Amino acid sequence: MIELRGVTVALGGRPVVDGVDAAVAEREWLALIGPNGAGKTTLLRAVAGLVPFTGSIEIGGRPIEELRRSELSRLVAVVPQEPSTPPWMTVAEYVLLGRTPHLGPLAKEGRRDREAAARAIARLDLVGYEERRLGTLSGGEKQRVVVARALAQEAQIILLDEPTAALDIGHQQQALELLDLLRGESGLTLVAAMHDLTLAAQYADRMVLLDTGKVAADGVPRDVLTETLIAGHYGASIDVVPVGGRIAIVPRRGTRDT
Amino acid sequence: MTVAAERAADVRARGLTPIWACSAVGFLLVSLAVGVLAGPVDLGVGGVLESAAARLHVPGASTPLSPTEEAILWEIRVPRVVLAALVGAMLALAGATYQGVFRNPLADPYLLGVAAGAGLGATIAIAYLPEGLRGQRALPVAAFVGGAVAVMLTYAVGRSARRERDAATLVLAGVTVAAFFTAWQTFVQQQNAETLQQVYSWILGNIPNTGWSDVVLILPYVAVATVVILALRRVVDVLSLGDDEASTLGVDVRRVRLALVVAATLGTAAAVAVSGLIGFVGIIVPHAVRLLSGVGYRALLPLSVIIGAGFLVLADVIARTALSPAEIPLGVVTAFFGAPFFALVLRTTRGGVS
Repeated sequence: MIELRGVTVALGGRPVVDGVDAAVAEREWLALIGPNGAGKTTLLRAVAGLVPFTGSIEIGGRPIEELRRSELSRLVAVVPQEPSTPPWMTVAEYVLLGRTPHLGPLAKEGRRDREAAARAIARLDLVGYEERRLGTLSGGEKQRVVVARALAQEAQIILLDEPTAALDIGHQQQALELLDLLRGESGLTLVAAMHDLTLAAQYADRMVLLDTGKVAADGVPRDVLTETLIAGHYGASIDVVPVGGRIAIVPRRGTRDT
Repeated sequence: MTVAAERAADVRARGLTPIWACSAVGFLLVSLAVGVLAGPVDLGVGGVLESAAARLHVPGASTPLSPTEEAILWEIRVPRVVLAALVGAMLALAGATYQGVFRNPLADPYLLGVAAGAGLGATIAIAYLPEGLRGQRALPVAAFVGGAVAVMLTYAVGRSARRERDAATLVLAGVTVAAFFTAWQTFVQQQNAETLQQVYSWILGNIPNTGWSDVVLILPYVAVATVVILALRRVVDVLSLGDDEASTLGVDVRRVRLALVVAATLGTAAAVAVSGLIGFVGIIVPHAVRLLSGVGYRALLPLSVIIGAGFLVLADVIARTALSPAEIPLGVVTAFFGAPFFALVLRTTRGGVS
């Protein structure tokens, strides 16, 4: 579905993403992990067509630089880490903005657009919220509204940058469960930059560990989240504990050496 | 799917609701009526209506007005009201557009150096052109050219310093160009101190009594700008999410912003060219509409056109009647009455400005 070959992004003359090769299969959930500043966000921005890059990024076999902005946006939706949610906008208006790539610059939303938005609103359990202003919503509700907007976009791929960063553990779990459910129902492909390694291990099929812009490891969570790799790239000393068929990361106290 | 189809009726963006559209149009009509009727010569409601009917070739209608009154009505008052409406509509629309495109609630129609450029153009025309050429014909053209040149320069400077945060760069470029043009204008003014008064009165803003010629001069620019901006009004809502998110929603941000900024700026330059610098309309009208109605840009932009037109017509009535036969500069009126009104709106609403 997504093919990256030798992708390099230089910001201010410094390569932030450096020769990344990776592939994401259809319906796969890929977690991008790595320490702060590893280039996770920048890599997502490159795939979203927001920063110039060298190398090649192909989606469904087509290089993204050959796609028009609206074509790319019909294939790839983005849930940013800090989405702007204008307080005066209603939930319905905000979710309808997700239909923009399907409209010409001069067009208005039609019946099909309103139906797509209504479906997204229903899927995220936001029925009854249509006329609420974004300024009156809680953090968890806002997160759902943003995902609803991405869903209304009807793109096969959703890129998420730290989708749970602003949420408490209950809402984190709800959000990720929901994304997993949506992935199954709609056959979505998800690429998510994630900080919480345990949560990432719970949900992701595969992980790419980035460090200083390079791919340090790529594989199933069990192979990537090893004590050696985490110590080497995060400078953290942890235990990997098997829990119910998955793994959990537990920080170890007092032996930090770097 | 049928559930979605049913629910789709609830999923709507608030466009122009009938109540707001009717209130705005009602306000404009009242303002136009006041504008046509108010003045030193009392023409009477009946007289004006019958004269209009006669002009429209309504069978059996004939004007009760004397030829002088006819001339006052159709060659002075109506064109002045129409001109004020056009300028007010353009300034309010440009203000709302800039606020959306630059995501800055304080953005005004003079943001990109239009005012400074137009000011320089007008000053040069007043200082260097021979007496006969000045005034009516040359001044608006010079002001328009100055404003347009300043904006092109702003865009060139902004582009050369191409960064990721394009909107902020452009505003900084505008400030730079404005500073340069203002300095130049002050220099020209110092060298030609005898024209100071004339330049000053232009800067304070006035709707001139020039009959239909100024209306004809600015109408094409205002019409094109209005059509372009209103056609793109949905995209302005998308742009209010910021450049990156608008891009990921499929908007070619650079191109759309260029179209909006060029339209708003050329329209503003045209308006400023005939009216001088009338401050405050571009800030106060969109914000008052936003605070009172709480709508997004797709409704705010058309409402700003209508309310802006009515607002400036009323302000102009005050400017020309309060101290009649003398005139108060229109920019003074808009600020003097606009500021307290806006303070009142701020006090009585709890919505934020952004």
